[in-house]
Amino acid sequence: MFQIRVHGRGGQGVVTATEMLSVAAFEEGRHAQAFPSFGSERTGAPVVAFCRLDDKEIRLREPIMEPDALIIQDPTLLHQVDVFAGLKADGYVLLNSAHSFEQIGLGELVKQRGHSKMSTLPATELGLKHVGRPIPNVPLIAGFAALSGMFKLESVIKAINEKFSGKVAEGNIAAATEAYELVKQQMEDRAHA
Amino acid sequence: MLKQIEGSKAVAEAIALCRPEVICAYPISPQTHIVEALGEMVKSEELSPCEFINVESEFAAMSVAIGSSAAGARSYTATASQGLLFMVEAVYNAAGLGLPIVMTVANRAIGAPINIWNDHSDSLSQRDSGWMQLFAETNQEAVDLHIQAFKLAEELSMPIMVCMDGFILTHAFERVDIPTQEQVDGYLPPFDPRQSLDPKEPISIGAMVGPEAFMEVKYLAHAKQMQALELIPQLAAEFKQQFGRESGGLVRTYRAEDAETMIVAMGSVLGTVKDTVDELREQGHKIGVLGIISYRPFPLKEVRAALVNCKRFVVLEKSLAVGMGGIVATDVRMAVTGTGLKGFTAIAGLGGRNITKASLHKLFLEAEQEKLEPVTFVDLDWDVVNKQLERERQNRHSGPIAENILYDKGMSSSAKFG
Repeated sequence: MFQIRVHGRGGQGVVTATEMLSVAAFEEGRHAQAFPSFGSERTGAPVVAFCRLDDKEIRLREPIMEPDALIIQDPTLLHQVDVFAGLKADGYVLLNSAHSFEQIGLGELVKQRGHSKMSTLPATELGLKHVGRPIPNVPLIAGFAALSGMFKLESVIKAINEKFSGKVAEGNIAAATEAYELVKQQMEDRAHA
Repeated sequence: MLKQIEGSKAVAEAIALCRPEVICAYPISPQTHIVEALGEMVKSEELSPCEFINVESEFAAMSVAIGSSAAGARSYTATASQGLLFMVEAVYNAAGLGLPIVMTVANRAIGAPINIWNDHSDSLSQRDSGWMQLFAETNQEAVDLHIQAFKLAEELSMPIMVCMDGFILTHAFERVDIPTQEQVDGYLPPFDPRQSLDPKEPISIGAMVGPEAFMEVKYLAHAKQMQALELIPQLAAEFKQQFGRESGGLVRTYRAEDAETMIVAMGSVLGTVKDTVDELREQGHKIGVLGIISYRPFPLKEVRAALVNCKRFVVLEKSLAVGMGGIVATDVRMAVTGTGLKGFTAIAGLGGRNITKASLHKLFLEAEQEKLEPVTFVDLDWDVVNKQLERERQNRHSGPIAENILYDKGMSSSAKFG
């Protein structure tokens, strides 16, 4: 079983992100379970949502306390919520930021965990550029597909087409594609560095 | 067709396939997504003919369902928590009148303190209302139980609640096989009501009944639920024939052969229970599971048969009979009367408290060693409880309990991080 925890704020599409991840996994023939942390949702309040992936039926209903991967949709949460709680030693981290981990003061974390499973992505900027709204969720799940190699970009695009239509779908697909390429490039650059 | 879909949406699609003619509902979390989706389907005429009636309260929702069902229309509504409590008078009427309404209960706690999260207090509070109650373990089962529920209700002319854990199931995206219209039509015949109001042939429904006949009417409601004990397994078998999968029935066991310790539970927590039991089995513990699907009627015979060969059992339930202990546990203990089995009650998950594998692991091992109290409150924060009890001893004017406890919780979490 592979477990992903997504942190963000109300209004950033945190729950939708996990739902789309589960749809992408479903498109690839896997079992997936996505669920929110069931708070009273308010715009701006910290929100957590979860996604489990497996090759067999998923029966477990507890929240994800020891994730294999973290997607952090809002860097300001780092000062407010213990987002890294329980993250496995070899877990993935994808953070929405136009800056590197070192630039935002998380250099130590990169030293501990190594670069190969950590990435930042200017997801809010990509949302603004392609969709006209500062919603980082779709670029982040596409970025996560590139970071983890767990999903094909096509599966993410299928999930987008299931959720959105028309211009919004087109914009999201463009944002996802750019995000995927950006993270992929980062990974390749690091592999050669 | 296999879909990766939200539980509420899947249930809405299943309801639509059952061709309801009247849907009336008042929004309340965590049920809202179901009736929202149905409202959209009625508006787009994807579900037609069907009248979607916006009502001003849950009391009105059940009252409209009573009226439409009495007029011979297949009627559906959904609710949860305080919404169910608000419609209670009409809930009893629907059962007393023998109207086969199907209602989803997206199980949620009852206030005060106000709480939107999941437990089973709401539908269990209607235990004796005369409604049947089936509990879904997964969203697939929620879909399947709704299809069976219409058939069961209409066969017996009695109303039924299909209970699914609020948020945990209603808001979870998972893989669900949504049947085709042909499959559902082949299973569920059109509604042929035992009684219906027709201006051309006027009858009355809802007469005042005095002491001379009241007990007989009530007994017949009980007799119908006893008939349901026969009918539920039959309908599950027919369902399997038509849809090719096991769903529903009265009870279901898991790894129960040679089990010395049995865990009894209802609803979605069975998934976490089964995962925990798998781990304990790997370590050599003889432990199994009994899932109860039909809570009303309560399958005394089947529960007894499933437990009679174990040494001890734990009823893990998301409900509390204040001043008594377990609600489900009381029925389970009734089922094993005279067997000498050791039974424990574990109250867990009230108001949405997470039920984790780690906590269950500990609980089940303690049960195996028979170290549990007769009633255990899983993961109760005793520090906070004792602090409040001490506050009440010290101060006659100790104030509201919930606010005191929130204050204490706030203090302790800031102490941790500060």
